[in-house]
Amino acid sequence: MTMTSSETTSVRITGSRFGYRFNIVGMIGFSVILFWAMVAIFAPLITPYPVGEIVDFDYFGPVSADFWFGSDYLGRDMFSRILMGARYTVGISLAAVTIACFSGVVLGMTAAVAGGWLDTVLSRFLDALNSIPSKLFGLVVVAAVGSSIPVLILTLSVIYIPGSYRFARALAVNINAMDFVTVARIRGESTWYLIRSEILPSIVGPVLADLGIRFVFIVLLLSGLSFLGLGVQPPYADWGALVRENIGGLPFGAPAVMAPSFAIASLTISVNLLIDNLPQKIRDRSE
Amino acid sequence: MAKLVEIRDLKVEATTDSGRRVEIIKGVSIDIAEGEIVALIGESGSGKTTIALSLMGYARPGCRIAGGSVSLAGKDMVALSEKQRAKIRGTEVAYVPQSAAAAFNPAATIMDQVIEVTRIHGLMSPDEARARAVDLFRALSLPEPETIGSRYPHQVSGGQLQRLSAAMALIGNPKLVIFDEPTTALDVTTQIEVLRAFKSVMKQGGIGGVYVSHDLAVVAQIADRIVVLKGGEVQEVGTTDDILTNAKHPYTRELLAAFEPKRRQAAQVAAAPAPLLQIEGLIAGYGQIQADGLPAIRAVENVSIKVEKGRNLGIIGESGCGKSTLARAIAGILPAAGGSIVFDGVKLEQNARRRSREQLREMQIVFQYADTALNPAKSVEDILARPLAFYHGMGGKARSGRIDQLLDMVRLPRNLRHRRPGELSGGQKQRVNFARALAADPKLILCDEITSALDTVVAAAVIELLKELQRELGLSYIFISHDLSVVEAICDEIVVMYGGKKVEEITPAKVKAPQHPYSQLLFSSVPKLDPTWLDGVEQDPELVRAYCRR
Repeated sequence: MTMTSSETTSVRITGSRFGYRFNIVGMIGFSVILFWAMVAIFAPLITPYPVGEIVDFDYFGPVSADFWFGSDYLGRDMFSRILMGARYTVGISLAAVTIACFSGVVLGMTAAVAGGWLDTVLSRFLDALNSIPSKLFGLVVVAAVGSSIPVLILTLSVIYIPGSYRFARALAVNINAMDFVTVARIRGESTWYLIRSEILPSIVGPVLADLGIRFVFIVLLLSGLSFLGLGVQPPYADWGALVRENIGGLPFGAPAVMAPSFAIASLTISVNLLIDNLPQKIRDRSE
Repeated sequence: MAKLVEIRDLKVEATTDSGRRVEIIKGVSIDIAEGEIVALIGESGSGKTTIALSLMGYARPGCRIAGGSVSLAGKDMVALSEKQRAKIRGTEVAYVPQSAAAAFNPAATIMDQVIEVTRIHGLMSPDEARARAVDLFRALSLPEPETIGSRYPHQVSGGQLQRLSAAMALIGNPKLVIFDEPTTALDVTTQIEVLRAFKSVMKQGGIGGVYVSHDLAVVAQIADRIVVLKGGEVQEVGTTDDILTNAKHPYTRELLAAFEPKRRQAAQVAAAPAPLLQIEGLIAGYGQIQADGLPAIRAVENVSIKVEKGRNLGIIGESGCGKSTLARAIAGILPAAGGSIVFDGVKLEQNARRRSREQLREMQIVFQYADTALNPAKSVEDILARPLAFYHGMGGKARSGRIDQLLDMVRLPRNLRHRRPGELSGGQKQRVNFARALAADPKLILCDEITSALDTVVAAAVIELLKELQRELGLSYIFISHDLSVVEAICDEIVVMYGGKKVEEITPAKVKAPQHPYSQLLFSSVPKLDPTWLDGVEQDPELVRAYCRR
């Protein structure tokens, strides 16, 4: 009895004011993501030291008042480097995930609605693409055309289009079999209308959740590529590259290797927490 | 007679997703004597299943029993621990679900599932249990009682499966069996046999029963007493005869009245020489197209029908007779493989994609399940606005005014326009579904079982609405249903279909004397509001064998 009433109040606190329920775990995830997004935007304004400059005489320096996250293998300020690294990690991943999910979802819905040969051709082609291991594909592309930010974004998005396509198509096929789509179809609506107005609103929830998961994958893959030295090139570095640069500090337990790892972990875990706890519309309106 | 069940002041609460608590059962008290069958009747949401489940001490997820007592054979199911309840379930109280097809495990044989209860409770040895199961199969007049247990659920028909699930409930020798709408999903011709089997088994064993249903006629056949529920409260309790002949509560009277919808005044034959819709030798089906250009499985074979302007055609038949396929072929959703469709003097293309926008506009289809026919992500306003914009190019104020008009037409309050389908009741959804078809200003509306998912009272109201709109707008309907009384109430002509073929065309006046044997069987199988009907009805065994896939 007491438990139920406390539940009732906790729901109230987390805001049913807008007709949505958003629980505390989701909020924590959202705030961490918001924090990193802010950092990515305002990084140049808040870094205490220039990114490429050697400011500490000690390498793998400990945490101190001057160097919050210690210093790296060359004696550069780790804190500044992580702040700047957020730009690359968040920015590149966000761009790649947007391209991947937009293309994948549009193609997936088109295939589901159109059916027939278009569906078959698209599905087989993207399945073939999907069968190439993602890290190897990244390695080959970067080795062939060299590493630059646009190449990275495109490579990452191409790697994740097939998954997104499969996911959207599976959802859209189910919706496509519903009577309301049949009604719209025999009304004489175009494929574009069917996709945009009948199918998309019904699958947008799972698609957003999928976008979140894919964002995490992309952050990890980008970090992996950077770790292999194929990602963002020095003197700039994303978080994956920062881990790799400072891997030599691991035996000393240097903060320089731990800080970027924690940054990656905090971002990816928060995205997961958020998408598992997206705000839910409260359907009970009788209050 | 000793009391088997005493429900006293039962209250069940549900918690909504905003954390608000709603009382769904508001202090209900019911008694059941030993060997007595009590029916719980009411519309959906009246709490009949919730009460039935509380007899097992069970509340569905999100609900909890908030007060009162449910005493079953001297034990209070509310106060017992979950472990103690589990001991009672299956041995003293058993449950027969609505959909037996969903309740059986498709991967295990029927016998293994039927005797599972005895294994869980350690009631008897497997051999004894099997012997008892075979006895039960025989008592429930199942075919081949010795061997039917070794089949898998998909190898028996729906009516058989429903009886097998009753056998599963009865094997533990319970004192009380709960039937939750066990015949709702069955065809009327099958329903008779199942009802008979239930009735005889219950009477022989002297078992108490709770029969949950929304169909008063079915309940009249099997129950000793009827409890009428609405909004989680008991409205009226009485013996079956009492309720049927001498109902006091207005809601009960409404239920009774809904059972016999008023016959529609036969429209005078329109002067127009050409029929609105004329279909000749229509063939439609599914599967690979064969060498002769016809699909492998033909669901509709060589059907010819005619609809005059301002008149209605009813199509009736049991599930699988091809009536829905016929509607889909007419609408062009499933292009017909042969035959011709002439609409308003013009030959239509078989495929809707090749019909003109104007042709599509003039013929609208309304589907059975408003839940899937309305996009749950869109508001009522958006749903109705689209055909207005699409067919009539309406926008802004004109469109908004027309939406208000449409809502008025289907008797929905105007402020409903901002709601989504999930926030409407079943009857309201079906009205929106229908308003969308009206928005196109059609000449012909194909209604595919549009009242089947609704409660009797709500369905009667929808039928009245259809008649009214017809008078005002001069529409024609093709009304597809398995429910004879509904079709009788609204149609000028009735086509009886069986196995994809049209077997008879008849007018409602002559429904009492159908010519074709299948029509005779079908019409005589519709339950009547007469408690002696089931015992009196005679089914020609020849006909049953020929037409029932039991």
